[in-house]
Amino acid sequence: MSGSGERVIEVRGLRKAYGDVEAVAGIDLHVDRGEVFALLGPNGAGKTTTTEILEGYRQRTAGEAMVLGEDPAHGSRAMKERIGIVLQSTGIDPFLTVHETIELYAGYYPSPRDVDEVIDLVGLAEKRRTRVLKLSGGQQRRLDVAVALAGDPELLFLDEPTTGFDPNARRNAWEIVKNLTALGKTVFLTTHFMDEAQYLADRVAIIAKGRIVVEGAPDTIAGRDTMRSRIRFRPPADVDLPPLGQVPAGNGTVEIRAEDPGRVLHELTGWALDHGASLESLEVSRPSLEDVYVEYTGGEEGTD
Amino acid sequence: MSASGLTLRQVRFTNKAFWRNPASAFFTFAFPLMFLVIFTALLGNGEVPIRGMDLKQSTYYVVAMATFGVISACYTNIAISVCFNRDAGILKRIRGTPLPGRSYLSARVIHSMIVGALLVIITLAFGWAFYDGTWPTGLALIQFVTTFLVGSLSFAALALALTAAIPNADAAPPIVNASILPLLFISGIFIPITDETPDWLRIIGDLFPVKHFAEAMRDAYLSDVTLTRGGVTIHPFDFQWSDVLVIAAWGILGLILAARFFSWEPRR
Repeated sequence: MSGSGERVIEVRGLRKAYGDVEAVAGIDLHVDRGEVFALLGPNGAGKTTTTEILEGYRQRTAGEAMVLGEDPAHGSRAMKERIGIVLQSTGIDPFLTVHETIELYAGYYPSPRDVDEVIDLVGLAEKRRTRVLKLSGGQQRRLDVAVALAGDPELLFLDEPTTGFDPNARRNAWEIVKNLTALGKTVFLTTHFMDEAQYLADRVAIIAKGRIVVEGAPDTIAGRDTMRSRIRFRPPADVDLPPLGQVPAGNGTVEIRAEDPGRVLHELTGWALDHGASLESLEVSRPSLEDVYVEYTGGEEGTD
Repeated sequence: MSASGLTLRQVRFTNKAFWRNPASAFFTFAFPLMFLVIFTALLGNGEVPIRGMDLKQSTYYVVAMATFGVISACYTNIAISVCFNRDAGILKRIRGTPLPGRSYLSARVIHSMIVGALLVIITLAFGWAFYDGTWPTGLALIQFVTTFLVGSLSFAALALALTAAIPNADAAPPIVNASILPLLFISGIFIPITDETPDWLRIIGDLFPVKHFAEAMRDAYLSDVTLTRGGVTIHPFDFQWSDVLVIAAWGILGLILAARFFSWEPRR
């Protein structure tokens, strides 16, 4: 999907310094129309700074940036009419109802979506007449998304949209985003959740210390589709295993990295049957996006 | 939609949210009316020695509380509510929409002016109903309305400028009150500035806009009051346009500072 279609976001050599600290240290990226692009990285890696430069909230220190053909630094009204923003923290008047809120924001845009349609899209139909004050945290977050959709934007920025969600709420939020892509929207997403990027994104860029360290489709990023599979199990206590290249993997388990997992598994299970041994907790996995992430970010967890 | 259309629409929603917020509805709207009742009930029968005459306390407080209402709506309420909305991220969110920032802020100011005007009308109606108060007419009405417009706009500009000096919402009420309460006391809002007030206190009061606003409102309101001294009839409450100019100068200063330092995001 990358490389084709119209460029919606184009960034070259983007830098942002706060005093001596370089929050963004030279980033190149692009997002094409209709694509879901995820910027994945630990806290403090520069995700929000990058996003806020593209949204027009921050001025960059150096580099080039284009959003929908305009320089976001100018913060033009024309650009803002075509984008929708879900910030990391909510910011909605608590004393208006859900319907009033969407109606208010829809009114800022030249060709808004139907108010009730937007409310339905995020699953708040039953809360239409409820004041924002009375919504739960998850419902307020969905309202955030609804507000961003009110103007029927072409491009949607979602900055850590599911942080603080319980698993069910996250699933729901993902479905909302999936629905958006079905509507042909372009989505620029930041997250520190691997599964979120894996599930939603067409393309992922992993960012660490202000730099993009690796980029690609979630299934093939950093060659994870051709990397060796991992076979893990708990070996039986009383019998010695044949030499299959196993190494201890903690918690009493061992791990085998296999180019050809089918053959190794065949040998392993054959041996187990012959010896009447059981292979507890047996699992086979490809390197996860998380493995790639940990490898490239050094597993670091900074602070915001 | 045109910028003015967007602004008016914004005023409507600001208004809805205002009346549903118990804190803003109470402190901005009910407070001045409560003070009006307390002051007039407590002191209404006394007299204030002012401009060489004895003015009934009730008359004095009716117009003083009208002025207080305008300051409460256009200064205190704007400064505090903008800080709260800024902390809540509402201002930042607005910045990400096509709504021009000045439309958003204009709507807030216009809304506060409407609330202020409502307070003035209720206060004067109270004075008219219970204390033989009058309504300004003719030239006095023009002076009164002009003073109201210049005063409310100027205090709103000063309020927006002040928000730049307030780091977060928790600090807003104390900072805003510290900036306005002492002036309310030395400018003849809560306590009359009489012929006996020490000069130095008058001079300090004269430097700031509150006293000029209170006096211009009062002089326009009481321009019909006459006093006969030595066979000559005089109007002790002689409206001074210079008061309006001082208020406007402060307003312009506020506007310049607000334009330069106003922030859409809280300082962390």
